[in-house]
This record gives sequence, C-alpha cells and structure tokens, in this order.
Amino acid sequence: MLERMGNPPPRIAETSSGILNSVGLQNPGIDYFIEHNLPWLKEQNTVVIANIAGGTHDEYYEIARRLDATDVDMIELNISCPNVHEGGIAFGTSCMGVENITKLVRRATSKPLIVKLSPNVSDIGEIAAAAEASGADAISLINTITGMKIDIKTRRPLLKNNTGGLSGPAVLPVAVRMVWQAAARVSIPVIGMGGVATWQDAVEMLLAGACAVQVGTANFTDAYAPLSIIGGLDNYLNENGFKSVREIVKKVEIWQ
Amino acid sequence: MPYYQDDYKIEENDTSNSSCFDIQVYCPEIANAAKAGQFVHIQCEGKILRRPISICEIDKKAGTIRLVFDIRGDGTRWLSKQEEGAFLNILGPLGNGFNLNETAKKALFVGGGMGVPPLLEAAKAFKGKADAILGFKCIDNSMLIDDFNDVCSKVIVMSDDGSLGEKGFVTSLLCDRITKNKYDVVYSCGPTAMLKSVSEITLENNIACFVSMEERMACGVGACLVCACKVKENDKEAYKHVCKDGPVFNAKEIVW
Repeated sequence: MLERMGNPPPRIAETSSGILNSVGLQNPGIDYFIEHNLPWLKEQNTVVIANIAGGTHDEYYEIARRLDATDVDMIELNISCPNVHEGGIAFGTSCMGVENITKLVRRATSKPLIVKLSPNVSDIGEIAAAAEASGADAISLINTITGMKIDIKTRRPLLKNNTGGLSGPAVLPVAVRMVWQAAARVSIPVIGMGGVATWQDAVEMLLAGACAVQVGTANFTDAYAPLSIIGGLDNYLNENGFKSVREIVKKVEIWQ
Repeated sequence: MPYYQDDYKIEENDTSNSSCFDIQVYCPEIANAAKAGQFVHIQCEGKILRRPISICEIDKKAGTIRLVFDIRGDGTRWLSKQEEGAFLNILGPLGNGFNLNETAKKALFVGGGMGVPPLLEAAKAFKGKADAILGFKCIDNSMLIDDFNDVCSKVIVMSDDGSLGEKGFVTSLLCDRITKNKYDVVYSCGPTAMLKSVSEITLENNIACFVSMEERMACGVGACLVCACKVKENDKEAYKHVCKDGPVFNAKEIVW
C-alpha cells in the first residue's frame, strides 16, 4: 500500500543450482505505481498483472480496490512472500488464512484474480482448493522456498535478512510436484512457475497441469530465456503432433 | 541507453599476475555504446548469476573493451581460464558511467585494489591533467600502474605492507594531496571502508566526489532490485540500485 524500503543488502546469494533472494517487496506504493509505472506498462502492448501485498487485511483490500479502478488487466494476490515480516506468507500458509484474504480481496475487485501460493505448506492441494472456493479465478505456484546460506569463514548468513527465498533449477522438481497436486484439486487455471529455465522444464510444467508458465530466475542467466523456451515448445509440439500447448496440459500419465 | 546480449570473442588474454586477469573482448556494439565507469555482465559456465565486471578501457575504433578482474570465486576462476578465441556471453554496457562533464578541470582518481580498473578509462578523458592515488594490498596484487602513468600527470602508488610505493592506505595521503592541490573533483572506487573515508575527506574539504559502488547483483538492468545501496533522498533514506542508478553515485548521496 505504502512505499516499502525493502531489506538491507546483501539481498542475494548463489546456491547449488539456485539463488536465494531477500528483496523484501521493495516498491514505491500503490499510488505511485498507478501514477508513474502503470502508464508505461500499458504502452508495452502486453497483459499487465499487478502483484499485490499488504501488511494487513485492510491494506490488501484497499490496494485491490484502487487497482480495480485502473486499466490493470489482472491482479495477483501475493500471500507467499517469505521476506517480509508482516503480511505476505503469514496469510498463505493455512487454509483459513487463504480463505479470509481471498474472499476479502474478491469483494474489492471484479478483475481476474490470481492467488499466488506458497510452497512452504504441508498440503498444497488443500490450500489450492481453499483459494478456488474463496473466489480465485486462477492460482499461481510456486513462490520461493524459504532457505538459508551461511558463509563458513565469517560464520554469518550471506543474506542480511538471514533467510531468503530459493528459486532457480533447484526448485523445479518441487514446483512440478506441487503444480501436479494443486491441478488435481481445482478446475480453475493453474499458472506454473519455479525453476523453469528450458523448454523441457516448461513441458514438464504443462504436463503436470499448468495452463501457463512463468519464468523468473532464468532471465538472470539469459535475457532471451523466455524466447528460447517458446521456440523449443513450438518444436516439441510440432514433432509430437500437437496443435496447441492446451493439448498437453495435465497430460502426465501417472503410474498406478 | 542501449545494451546488448551476445557471444563475444576474447581477442587477447594477458594475465598480468597470479591474482588477476586482463582480457580484451571484441564486442563492437558494446564498445560503441560504452562509457567510462560502466560494466558488463558475463555468463559463467554452471552459474545462474552473471558476474558483473567493470569496463577498464574502451576502444571504439577497434570495437573492443578491456576487462581486468580479480579471481574471487568459482565464476571468476572459470572466466580467468577462458583463452584467446573463446567466446563469452556478455550483457552490456550496463549502469551509469562517471559524469565526465568536468573534463576541463583538475581531477584526482583514488583507487583501491580491484577498484583501480574502472577508473582508467575515466582518467584518460582528462588528457594528462588528472592525478591518481592507487593502493594495493602488496606488490603481488598491483595492476595497471604503467597504464595510469601513461594518462595521468602524477601517480602515487601505495601498498598496505610497503612492498610497493609508500606504505599505508590511500586515504592517509588523500588529505595532504587535496589540501596542497586544487582538485575540483575526486573519482574513487575500491573497498567500501576506503570509499567511506574518501567520501568523508572530500566532503570536509568541499570537493565534489563520485564513487563507484559494488553490491551483490542479479539482473544487472534494474529489474530485480537486489543490489541495494542506501542513499539519502529528499531528507529520507531509500534504497537505490547499483546496477541501474549506479554503479557511480555522488558520494554525498550515500548512507555509509
């Protein structure tokens, strides 16, 4: 809602096949975003999804209400950030928490509402079902997995925030498993993310049940990663006689 | 500001000593767009994060940039082993360079260790009118002294252990130099503790000072908000980002 300063640096650490970040949702606040960032985003000729996080229920409601009056295309409810002390993940790790916040924000906006889920839960299927039952139009997962890296020379955590969110190829198998479990429980679209770096990873996500795939960390290694993934997906579909990615969504053949 | 990502060929690899590497890369688009003080972001095999390396020299005619860097970990060790003719995937040029609008005036360059390379191209712009104080841990860690002698009117070399030049830190001579010489501007790069001292001394003496900062970085283009640097902005503290707002900052902005 208001400007967030974010966490002190270092905010990033490299791990085996992954990275930990602890940015802490640094952002200029909703009013600044609507006035200064949104006009530029709308000029980019693409769908604009605003990811929102408040410190309290009231803040979530108010942010969604203000965005509802703009030309943002969709709203993604962030109830899974591991790097802020208030809000974020606090609302996303129990079914009751997910239900309450989703129902509240649902009342604040008629725009398509995506709920971004945390992997730091014991039963992702239950959480996904709670989001759908509370009015979510789609779910996206996974956000990062809480992790920690310690510098053995200084005996201090590498991140100033001590812990951070793990992303990158290291989390792909966890993400694929959770997308599969969540997709089995809901009929709304599932957006899959978490460690997707290649077209093969994207195919796995689609087979597991994702209708769309997001790419984050891979952009740090290669700014063209999303384009390579799209190209590779097209070839895979052609070679296997599929006309559209829709034909492979949720088509994993599970061993009985 | 345009930046490019592509595979670029190493034209020369001159190891100057055992702890640092010195390469020339043929990358005409990057060389043409580059300014003194900017950096490039280099992919290292097996690493998710690129390694930000400051540009030491730019030869727009030849289409090359010179990179001098320290071996600090696995990524830079891999980089150091790449031979002439090998290709590096480089993203750049990135960041804002030094503000060299004041080239007519008298400048002092203060570099410490790996903070020395990013100052060379900027020093060249002063066409022999600038002075430099270069500090190194010891003689084995020294670099670019001849290069600075070629482009500066006076170069003072110092080392922590006295194995090269005068013994002591660069800041111990800085007070003396700036009271005796009428410098209009000081440009500095090096360890944070050194930059803090340089900043304090120049501010006390009312001399403009620009520092090139370093922080653990991910995207390099201002998107991920990882490389935070605390600054004073309109009488309050805020985090700017080394990759996009820096790496060069006005020293009086920084909250040390």
